[in-house]
Amino acid sequence: MALSIEEFLAQDEQKDLLRLLTAGSVDDGKSTLIGRLLFDSKRLYEDQLQALERDSKRVGNAGDHIDYALLCDGLKAEREQGITIDVAYRYFSTNRRKFIIADTPGHEQYTRNMITGGSTANLAIILVDARTGVVTQTCRHSYLVSLLGIRHLVLAVNKMDLVEFSQERFDAIVSDYKAWLKAQNIDIPDLRCIPLSALEGDNVVEKSANTPWYKGESLMEYLETVPIDQDINMRSMRFPVQYVLRPNLDFRGFAGKVASGVVKVGDEVVALPSGKSSRVKEIVTFDGNLEEAFAPQSVTITLEDEIDLSRGEMLVHPTDKPSVGHHLRAMMVWMDEQPLDMEKAFYIKHTTNTTRAHITKVHHRIDINTAQRVESEGMRLNEISEVSITTATPLMFDSYAVNRQTGAFIIIDPVTNFTSAVGMIIGEDEASKSEGQRVVRLSEYGVKVEDYDAVARFCEELVKRTGLDIICLKE
Amino acid sequence: MSYSLSHLKALEAESIHIIREVAAEFRNPVMLYSIGKDSSVMVRLAEKAFAPGKVPFPLMHIDSKWKFREMVEFRDAYAKEHNWNLIVEYNKKAYEEGVGPFTHGSKVHTDLMKTQALLQALKKHGFDAAFGGARRDEEKSRAKERIFSFRNEFQQWDPKNQRPELWDIYNTRVNQGESIRVFPLSNWTELDVWQYIRMENIPIVPLYYAKERPIVEIDGNLIMADDDRMPKELRDRAQMRKVRFRTLGCYPLTGAIDSEADTIEKIVEEMMTTTKSERTTRVIDFDQEGSMEQKKREGYF
Repeated sequence: MALSIEEFLAQDEQKDLLRLLTAGSVDDGKSTLIGRLLFDSKRLYEDQLQALERDSKRVGNAGDHIDYALLCDGLKAEREQGITIDVAYRYFSTNRRKFIIADTPGHEQYTRNMITGGSTANLAIILVDARTGVVTQTCRHSYLVSLLGIRHLVLAVNKMDLVEFSQERFDAIVSDYKAWLKAQNIDIPDLRCIPLSALEGDNVVEKSANTPWYKGESLMEYLETVPIDQDINMRSMRFPVQYVLRPNLDFRGFAGKVASGVVKVGDEVVALPSGKSSRVKEIVTFDGNLEEAFAPQSVTITLEDEIDLSRGEMLVHPTDKPSVGHHLRAMMVWMDEQPLDMEKAFYIKHTTNTTRAHITKVHHRIDINTAQRVESEGMRLNEISEVSITTATPLMFDSYAVNRQTGAFIIIDPVTNFTSAVGMIIGEDEASKSEGQRVVRLSEYGVKVEDYDAVARFCEELVKRTGLDIICLKE
Repeated sequence: MSYSLSHLKALEAESIHIIREVAAEFRNPVMLYSIGKDSSVMVRLAEKAFAPGKVPFPLMHIDSKWKFREMVEFRDAYAKEHNWNLIVEYNKKAYEEGVGPFTHGSKVHTDLMKTQALLQALKKHGFDAAFGGARRDEEKSRAKERIFSFRNEFQQWDPKNQRPELWDIYNTRVNQGESIRVFPLSNWTELDVWQYIRMENIPIVPLYYAKERPIVEIDGNLIMADDDRMPKELRDRAQMRKVRFRTLGCYPLTGAIDSEADTIEKIVEEMMTTTKSERTTRVIDFDQEGSMEQKKREGYF
């Protein structure tokens, strides 16, 4: 039955959104695959095609074929080098889903770009060349995918046309790959392996007659149907206050994005770190009040009681609280040309909270080619290490493995303002907690209880302005 | 109960989060308003971000003085109706010298009346963050730009040395004189924008709807004879033709397309079946190879 345009649009507006990351070596045909997905889903316009045909003849590397890779090489400098050097985002949609592709380069010095592109991805496609099979880069990318907590991974065995679509070859690569994952203890919750030819289009959109032995779905079928609604943590409600709305004396709303979980009107909530509790009075939006809100909606919450709450603080359910503390352990990726300076008081930004932080210890580095721990001091560009961090004011956090939103942070250089590092929290750091030499207990200095708030605010200001490494406890 | 958002609602939530982040972290932000469809969506998202309160920053329109008349009428009526804090700025010196696309060509006009006018205005008001409605699907160099895109004290973009941007944690730190351009619609496509306009009933300039208009064909572009600053020999060639505009800018530099789409549904339908990308109607993109990237490096949005 034919739909009217109104019915069709109403249906189309309900499609969901899948964000994916593509990774592979320079020659694995990654850009060709993306070009193919855009091409076959008819998201290429006539003028883009004409430009593509023109450029293919002039600077293309695909012989007589259209060089789909040119579609993805945006910037002039990169076109001259013949490689993509940063993250580029591509968009296409089918009747079932809208897709955002983060296209990232494969070579070693650009680990930071893959990490950047993958941070919001639901799914990753890692390409291998059927002729060469699993190579160092495949392992590196797989480790990064697992580090980023991406739950769905496609191993796309590309250039199958160049190995006569051999099932034996495909099976050997897949079993190699699975053996490597197992040996390195890398757990990918949902792994698919698909034999492909991006250049010829086999198993990209349609199942190919050249691989009758392959019983799985085509890449596009899989992308269109893989369930992603379980990817966000829906169990633990975390609402970092982003902005306080006070349009008039009668309204005080806490605007923010539900980082995880579900919040309902009437819910008992605790404000962290203060520990004060109240109930959700209303969930306000421009389009009217809601009975409940869930991640990743942006809403405004009002409370039954007038409690002191500002940006950087967090509302949670009293039965399911995050860790609150100054000391954490994390996997950190160094993104800056300047190496880590342990003496520096960096800024750490975590949810809506920005405070000062010291990297107090680098425990070990991960060799991403082997996913093995190696001894290391300091951190340099593209290195991944397990570190201990102490922050000037407490953070409300979960481990990244459990909650991507409240387990992630960035480290900002206080002088250059560059994003020097990014991190994924493992958990509280018991060891540095017990060191305790930076903690100031107000009672020990004879401060009266009624002055705690004022003195604590003063300390916080000192910490902010000077980067002084003290932690003030109201006890 | 399954908790999942449609792609439009997911994009909306992301954009609202970005807009609030700027309001929370910058001293003096501004939202660039170009009167086009993307701007209309961006302003609606800003209204949503702060409801029931007012948008806590001004809107600013850089008037090149060569916009379609209907655009300026729409801007003034809409700003008044919604009680916007709207700033309008233009390059006074260049305007008084009579700079325009017919006399100076598209390159000089765009540089002086758009790029330089913008830079002057940002400096004059001391804005440390400026929202723009650009989308990554518009053009290749935009596909690589961050949502929070750093500009040095000369307002320049360095595509090779961008700050890493991960998750939804945005680095908003700048030193005196530096600034950030913020693109809340980065992840929207042209089709998303139209679907959202339909879903939300957002008012747009009537030029987007097909209608009989006086059109002159210049180098394959369908240019509307909008006022008598168009040279007479061109104006005399104008013929009535049913057209609409997919993007809006300076009228001599913005080509129309032949279209019957006079309702929002027909526009979306046309979008879904169209074979040309939207920037083909923009004359300035074809100046030179990689020309958008060049303009962006120099400070253009």
